[in-house]
Amino acid sequence: MKIAVSAMGDDLNSMLDVRFGRCNYFVIYDSEDGLIKSIENSGQMAGGGAGVAAAQQILDEDVEAVITGNMGPNAFRLFQSSDIKVYRCESMKVKKAVQFFNEGKLQELNTAGPAHAGMGRGAGRGFRGGR
Amino acid sequence: MQEWAGVLAGDLGEEDRLNIAVLSGKGGTGKTTIATNLSVVTAANYIDCDVEEPNGFIFLNPAQIISQAVKVDYPVIDRKRCTLCGDCAKICQFNALVKTKKEVILFEKLCHSCHACRIACKHEAITFAKRTIGAIEEGQAGDLICRRGILQIGEPMAVPVIKALLENLPAGINLLDCAAGTSCNVVSSLHYADGAVLVTEPSAFGLHDLKMAVKLVRNFNLPFGVIVNKYNGDDRIQKFCQEENIPVLGTITYQRKAAEVYSAGKVLVELSVYKKEFCKIAEGMRGVFPWNWQ
Repeated sequence: MKIAVSAMGDDLNSMLDVRFGRCNYFVIYDSEDGLIKSIENSGQMAGGGAGVAAAQQILDEDVEAVITGNMGPNAFRLFQSSDIKVYRCESMKVKKAVQFFNEGKLQELNTAGPAHAGMGRGAGRGFRGGR
Repeated sequence: MQEWAGVLAGDLGEEDRLNIAVLSGKGGTGKTTIATNLSVVTAANYIDCDVEEPNGFIFLNPAQIISQAVKVDYPVIDRKRCTLCGDCAKICQFNALVKTKKEVILFEKLCHSCHACRIACKHEAITFAKRTIGAIEEGQAGDLICRRGILQIGEPMAVPVIKALLENLPAGINLLDCAAGTSCNVVSSLHYADGAVLVTEPSAFGLHDLKMAVKLVRNFNLPFGVIVNKYNGDDRIQKFCQEENIPVLGTITYQRKAAEVYSAGKVLVELSVYKKEFCKIAEGMRGVFPWNWQ
């Protein structure tokens, strides 16, 4: 089973980024063969629709579960309609988040958070407020 | 007021059009107050380009309002023709289309109606339909034409409404009451402007944002002047304008009775002291805008 984790860096020792659409990387962990792959999030610098762009990348990777902090309404709708489960996690190392997931300690995210919540902190520099 | 009506329009031919944008940088400096009062004093048409929250009609009370919907294109995907190749989602620069395993999903509010997806689609699966995102309203207040754009609540993109609003403006002088800030909404309004009036207030924020607005209108190479609203004796704006060689068209004095008249939904020029100040500004504008340059 492939799991994608929104992260600040590109390996298992990086911190999980609680923002979905505006995170730097997705670390993808395959629980069957233990392989790790990381992809740079093309949504981080998007003018708008960051979450949608990020979700498209994850859909293309054939993952079955996503671990992140919060997710906006657009990306959430996409994963719901694609039967991909989204799990909520606090900020911790990606390695630990995956471990928590395997132990069944993570809760499934049932509702989308507010739109544009991941802006600011310098990551959303390219955002123009949708105007 | 009669002797001032036409003080600006006097030099314009009947078919001529002069569009003057009223902008500020900082919000709450009095763009609408200045634009509505100047409309009355100079017999100029009033165009409310602040489509996210147009409020100039409150002061001018136009009647016989005609409304027209503003529509934008969005892609419709024919699922029988679609092969889920994903080319449309890849070409979209606004992340409005996503390809899942089962279908292509559209996020219509992200779509900029550019039609790139239709061009990219090799299977002719994409056609376009229209949806309403706002409206243009036009009415008359005495001899003045009052027009405004209204963006529907929840719609993120104001620019298509602003463009529809500013196409085919009436002849004569049009005052374009712009949105606050220096965002796309203001930039798209300036595309239609022949000159600009920058409204600010004597505060640190007013000056800071005025500098941004000055940069913007200079980029457009527009003739412009500054109005200092809520003037309280603080001359920081005048000092900046002098250093930058920018004409100050006039000041509007800060007084409690201005707020009282405003909160009753009336124009300031009903008070003689403000009528005088606005007439002075109208004369100042004559010196700044190009139809007086020959």
